[in-house]
Amino acid sequence: MQVALFFIFATLAVAGAVNLLVQRAPINAALSLVAVMGALAVLYLLLGAEFIAFVQILVYAGAIMVLFVFVIMLLNAQPDEASHRSRVARIIGVPALVALLVEFAGFLATQFSDSPVRMGEYISSTEDLGMALFHQYLLPFEVTSVLFLVGLIGAVLLAARREDPPAAMPTAVSSSSAKTTPAELVIR
Amino acid sequence: MPNATFFLISLVKCGVVLFVLLTLVAYIQLAERKIVGRMQSRVGPTRVGPFGLLQPAADAIKFILKEDITPDSAHKFLYLLSPALSATLSMLAITVIPIGGGTVRLFGQNTPMQITDINVGLLFILGVTSLGVYGIVLAGWSSNSKYSLLGSLRGASQMVSYELALGLALIGPIILAGSLSLRHIVEAQQHYWFIVPQFLAFLIYLTAAFAETNRIPFDLPEAEGELGAGYHTEYSAMKFALFFLAEYINMITVSCVATLVFLGGWHGPVFGPALLRAILPLVWFVLKVCFFLFLYIWVRGTLPRFRYDQLMAFGWKVLVPLALGNILVTSLIVGLLA
Amino acid sequence: MPNNYVPALLFALIALLIPLGTLLLFRLVRPSRPFAAKSLPYECGIDPVGGSRHRFSVRYFLIAILFVLFDVETLFLLPWAIQFKHLGMFGLGEMVVFLGMLILGYFWLVQNGALELE
Repeated sequence: MQVALFFIFATLAVAGAVNLLVQRAPINAALSLVAVMGALAVLYLLLGAEFIAFVQILVYAGAIMVLFVFVIMLLNAQPDEASHRSRVARIIGVPALVALLVEFAGFLATQFSDSPVRMGEYISSTEDLGMALFHQYLLPFEVTSVLFLVGLIGAVLLAARREDPPAAMPTAVSSSSAKTTPAELVIR
Repeated sequence: MPNATFFLISLVKCGVVLFVLLTLVAYIQLAERKIVGRMQSRVGPTRVGPFGLLQPAADAIKFILKEDITPDSAHKFLYLLSPALSATLSMLAITVIPIGGGTVRLFGQNTPMQITDINVGLLFILGVTSLGVYGIVLAGWSSNSKYSLLGSLRGASQMVSYELALGLALIGPIILAGSLSLRHIVEAQQHYWFIVPQFLAFLIYLTAAFAETNRIPFDLPEAEGELGAGYHTEYSAMKFALFFLAEYINMITVSCVATLVFLGGWHGPVFGPALLRAILPLVWFVLKVCFFLFLYIWVRGTLPRFRYDQLMAFGWKVLVPLALGNILVTSLIVGLLA
Repeated sequence: MPNNYVPALLFALIALLIPLGTLLLFRLVRPSRPFAAKSLPYECGIDPVGGSRHRFSVRYFLIAILFVLFDVETLFLLPWAIQFKHLGMFGLGEMVVFLGMLILGYFWLVQNGALELE
């Protein structure tokens, strides 16, 4: 039954991904991506990675994709116009794709003939994950926090820049304290 | 590998849970109308059946028989999908909620008193409820109406903001229990309930839970004074009923989580003969959940609605820093005592 | 997949079928008489003014992106909270450094007024 479930959800994930590429309306594409994330979470579960499975749902489906859908709604994104199909893409792209897939399959067959991955009753505990994260991978963990800080600052600065026409900035700065930052201008 | 008996047991449990859940939703809704009625010097529904007890059935028939209007400009598929999605996700969160510490005997096998017992139960609930925001976003977007879209944008930003406070408030009890399994968290409260050492976290959780379920005083997504009915303005009949169902099931879920994490779940004085001993934990659990549900109704009858900017500022500037502070203080004390 | 997820999957299937089933089944008994005015978007009885597709304030986007960042931080807190009793004060030190960055960013947000809405 494990194998049956694997094939059901793997098919779902691939179908969602293909649908994502085919759909012209941005909202449909975003929702296909949500479905892909959900199917991937079940695949993680099949491998016994409980924590990762639900983190996948919480972060990707529940947070990042919500952001995507927000952006689509905010920008009122319209369906893509079909561009003229590039001849170069068809001539080079298709053989390149086939070559890539063949190489990939070959790599998997030779490198992972003895699969390290097992499906079944095996389960990786969140406790072990915590121990690994907070002992073995301590430095990457702490560096991640710097990454978050940079992301946070970047997001605020980007959002601020988009809202204010550059011409309005000097007056806003001069009228208030010298410490006014772009983020503050959003609010005014 | 699961065998036929296992499937049968699971199926029976799913059926029982669904039956209890749907009945409970029907009668909370009646209780709400009765209690709010009394608070406003009215009597509430009395006509259908004795004391109005058949009112939920009458409502259900009305939901079924009413015309289901789809606006011409709506995105047909998503318009149909979003109420179904809301209802499905709200029901799904109930899966991991245990209602008692022991096991029950079904078809000659002992099975826990919940649909399934998983190691990361609390994470499961957080994950499923985090998807609930799609129901609201898609409802507003697919209706293609101004009020709906505004309601859904507000609702989505409110829900994500308070989801943060909710998640952070739960970290304190998790530190004390050392587990994400709801069963273990309750067992860790054998000697004292977590509401005592984690009172601040409890208050933050409660506030965030009201906001997550879009109930007064945080029902900005539907603010009928300004937005028609918010994200479900365009919904009628059965589709509206599904949103309604989702809201009440979400209320039950957060009440159950509050009971399990802060109020000691099924712990309480156990005495008397064997049969009473077996039943009492369940009684305590149900009573505690009912207390929270009553609180929801009480607050609805008492408090006015927040203004939108106040609501967002409260979430980001009060609840989030308080929850972070609570985590640091809790871990400091636990670390010093250990 | 561990066995205890099988009932959850089963329940998910049932929970999906019930709403879709009721919507499709009761279509048989429900009237459907749409006409042009009934199918308009609701705007308090007045003919709708303008379209519903506007561009919205970038603040909503800001809230969403801040949520993503803080949500991931929360998820890092979970395995830490479970293991805290084993990690002890060393674990607290680790988390103070991690959360310190977050709190630094948070103060920056408050100072810049990025959390002021409307």
